[in-house]
Amino acid sequence: MSMTFTVCGFIAVGFVLLITIFLVVSGTPAIAEIGFIDFIFGTKWASTAKEASYGILPFIMSSIYGTLGAIVIGVPLGILCAVFLAKVAGKKSSSLVSNAVNLMSGIPSVVYGLVGMIVIVPTVREVFDLPDGANLFSAMIVLAIMILPSVISVSETAIRAVPREYEEASLALGATKTETIFKVILPAAKSGILASVVLGIGRAIGEAMAVMMVSGNVANMPKLFGSVRFLTTAVASEMSYSSGLQRQALFSVALVLFVFILAINLVLNLVIKREKK
Amino acid sequence: MKILRAAIPMLLAAATFTSCGSATEKTVSTDGSTSMEKVIGYLSEAYMADNSDVKVTYNPTGSGSGIQAVQEGRCDIGLSSRSLKDEEKADLNETVVAIDGIAVIVNPANSVTDVTLDEIAQIYKGEITNWNELGGSDAPIVCIGREAASGTRDGFESVTGTEDSCKYAQELTSTGDVVQTVSSNPNAIGYASLASVSDSVTAVSVEGVAPTNDTILNGNYKVQRNFVLVTPKNKELSDEAQKFYDFCMSGSADEYIIKAGAVPVEK
Repeated sequence: MSMTFTVCGFIAVGFVLLITIFLVVSGTPAIAEIGFIDFIFGTKWASTAKEASYGILPFIMSSIYGTLGAIVIGVPLGILCAVFLAKVAGKKSSSLVSNAVNLMSGIPSVVYGLVGMIVIVPTVREVFDLPDGANLFSAMIVLAIMILPSVISVSETAIRAVPREYEEASLALGATKTETIFKVILPAAKSGILASVVLGIGRAIGEAMAVMMVSGNVANMPKLFGSVRFLTTAVASEMSYSSGLQRQALFSVALVLFVFILAINLVLNLVIKREKK
Repeated sequence: MKILRAAIPMLLAAATFTSCGSATEKTVSTDGSTSMEKVIGYLSEAYMADNSDVKVTYNPTGSGSGIQAVQEGRCDIGLSSRSLKDEEKADLNETVVAIDGIAVIVNPANSVTDVTLDEIAQIYKGEITNWNELGGSDAPIVCIGREAASGTRDGFESVTGTEDSCKYAQELTSTGDVVQTVSSNPNAIGYASLASVSDSVTAVSVEGVAPTNDTILNGNYKVQRNFVLVTPKNKELSDEAQKFYDFCMSGSADEYIIKAGAVPVEK
């Protein structure tokens, strides 16, 4: 029987290896043909134009900005919510909120996109008096909401893991509850919270469907209120009818995205390791 | 994806072939325009329902590849969403099977209801940027379009002469998205197949002609393109292919063409 477990365990490893090899093999020819510098740092993407141009810097920058924006909006909200769950809320309200958070993590991304498209995009357009609301900012808001569940649940676990003595000592020394939370509990839970942030980055950078529905999808260099295309949406929106070098270039875009995810996972592992020490 | 789509009908054909054990399974192969997927899908389904011993296959490769496939004898009937070029007409026949009307749509709140082809081109190239230049309210124009590989985008850009020079605010991946976005933004302009236009948006008239089945059919409405069946000149179609071709050109094909969102031509 233990053999079965071992085989199943290695199947997972096999899939990761398979995907990695596939992406490297199918992603590198286009990079070689276009040229690494032109591909990564080129600012113009016109894959179906007569004089095709394959620069993916707009996608890379949009993905990075979008993710940063989601972190800036979503992380403070998520951490404070985690504090509420772990330290402030009574039993009833705590279970209500944590059920809601769990439900949130189960909502399919296309639903987030749909709500974003129908509610957030028009609202952003009206509030900021823009000609069009489908832009980087709308994508940031949708992503911020989408990363909340992972940020909240991991941070909450980290906060609950802080020894009770720290809190009691702080309170005994005359600190208020707020001071205790911000100066004792949160610093003590620092690395767990950091892990939740990295997890959120991973979720945000890999999201395609919801982003595609609210960001406008034009391959511009990112502007807060401009239409943008992310790495993920670049692949998703063109793959179905692509051919030739365009198709290969899309594989290369996927490879770049994969490298990003890999880097984020490495950072996550480092953070977790440091916490264990 | 393309390989997969091509492979599935083949596999299915192979599967039915073996399961029946009959060697009389006949196939008609079509190859070409991705924009004609719906039209040819409805037609072949209807045809196969009546002729269960015939398999009509469709390989979505794009108009250019489809035309080439007929020239090289790799398929029976080629599908093209553009008319043949003169050099292609040397050894190929073209027959218009249906017409695809592309409606230019704006928000119902927009007071602009008529534009010229030239104005459309200028709007999408970013030369006209405010609705007041067209007699509308003082508001910026938001150009909504489709993703680069879309057949509708290809058709729209070639009719308006804006290939590769459009400055889009949004490139959406489906007709439904375009309609939804235009209906929720009073400043937006977009384009979509006439059949998918709903009450939530207004289809403007182009050069004074409103898009209807009649104006598309008689050519007065300009933003349209032909769906063409391409056949070889020097070689007769196989019996089965000829029968399918005749079906597509018969009056009984009209209802399926309409279902697929295109306008049937006079037969």
